[in-house]
Amino acid sequence: MTGLDFLIRAFGDAFRLILSGDPEVYGAVSVSLQVAGTATVITTLLGIPLAFLIYGNRFRGRHLVITFLNTLMALPTVVVGLFVYAFITRRSILGPLDLLFSKKAMIIGEVVLALPIVIALAGSAVVSLDRSVKETARTLGAGPSRVLATILWEGRLAFATAVAAAFGRLIGEVGVSMILGGNIAGVTRNIPTAIATETSKGEFSLAMALGIVLMALALGVNFVLRYAQGRGESP
Amino acid sequence: MRNRRLCLAVATLFVSLFLAHVPGGPGAHGSPDSAIRLATTTSTDNTGLLGLLLPPFTARYGVEVQVIAVGTGAAIALAEKGDVDVILVHDRVSEDAFIEKGFGVNPREVMHNDFVIVGPSSDPAGIMGLRDASAALGKIAARRSLFVSRGDESGTHKKEKRLWHSAGVRPEGGWYWSAGQGMGAVLVMADEKRAYTLTDRGTYLAFKKKMDLSVLVEGDARLFNPYRIIAVNPALHPHVKYVEVMALIGWLTSREGQELIANFKIDDETLFFPDAIAPGRTGD
Repeated sequence: MTGLDFLIRAFGDAFRLILSGDPEVYGAVSVSLQVAGTATVITTLLGIPLAFLIYGNRFRGRHLVITFLNTLMALPTVVVGLFVYAFITRRSILGPLDLLFSKKAMIIGEVVLALPIVIALAGSAVVSLDRSVKETARTLGAGPSRVLATILWEGRLAFATAVAAAFGRLIGEVGVSMILGGNIAGVTRNIPTAIATETSKGEFSLAMALGIVLMALALGVNFVLRYAQGRGESP
Repeated sequence: MRNRRLCLAVATLFVSLFLAHVPGGPGAHGSPDSAIRLATTTSTDNTGLLGLLLPPFTARYGVEVQVIAVGTGAAIALAEKGDVDVILVHDRVSEDAFIEKGFGVNPREVMHNDFVIVGPSSDPAGIMGLRDASAALGKIAARRSLFVSRGDESGTHKKEKRLWHSAGVRPEGGWYWSAGQGMGAVLVMADEKRAYTLTDRGTYLAFKKKMDLSVLVEGDARLFNPYRIIAVNPALHPHVKYVEVMALIGWLTSREGQELIANFKIDDETLFFPDAIAPGRTGD
């Protein structure tokens, strides 16, 4: 078997698994979407108000807080996994809640991972919109709640970008998922940990199929967003 | 200008330091041919046994051994593709198939230990002291007590599947977790969740101090766990470093290698029993 034959067969088998609705592939996809989806929603609900609070106000140490948040965007996923583990392991302070090796534990880790991204990206939108929108709205006699609504509407694409960036980071990360989820088949095994497992089992086609789905998810979200942005900019 | 030169100097220094650590790069000692890849089970690596056996071999023969610690199934898959030069594994059925298909040559018995069923000392399924491993698994299934499986087609996983089969149980449902990870990770999970699992005694002894798991079932003849080293057939994969591999096989089965294995202890307990030249060996 030549190298090219091997590659062609690997891709062929992978697509066959995707099209045949292989339960192992779709089980992992379902866990990925549930966990990364829930974590993205929670992060958005927490992160956008925090972005307004931090970036939209003047207070002592604001610059320091912002620098700190930007630094946290580079948090290594395994370290987040490790630190959350330290809090929720049976012998630790949150041990009695019995969170370790569950979807909940994965979601906690992913929220920690994504929150700085959403706050920082949404925050820069708040800064750039704040002045222009506020002045225009005030001259038109709008109240504070109306100003907020206008900023949210005008900044919708920027906020969506922040959310999509968070989702993109979460859907492909292995560190938090492996350490906090434990890679339990059908329970916490998501696409990235399934790829790691199947490759190490020598189940190459299954890993490839999962890789293709993961690429489609990660790139698909980005594509839709960029497309919307392009349309938003041209009248 | 001066800054730029300084940057260049620092960059050159870093690059040369980096290259000096790449095997086969300029500045490395020995030839690039002097590294072989050993795919083995997580049990031999997690216990620290290889850390004891391999450095003296490298020092004496100038052959570096790169260890890829996976399950037996993955180790055999790597060897069939020619991605490794030699395997040290523990699942007789798949080993025999590997040799029969012509992928492996010159198998040698190296050592054995045994599997044990471990679990929380509270023992909710009441299996403590049972001799029959399948009966114990049957009780765990009947009580639906949490059981963590390797789930990675390793030798331990294959042994576990055969035991479930003889217990007449199809392990499925929320009480049965398939972890897809190495022995150490699975022991940690079982300890965290106060669950049962099947483990080789060596890895259990290496992890024992850190956890609250106890040996509950041992001594069943089906729990015997022999390890073999097998060279990848150079006729199928001409690029494998067959001669170096044979040196490694020779080392592990030599009197010295076997003594190192026999003397490898954690807390005064022997983890592996040498089989290559030990007197009174009784076959498989």
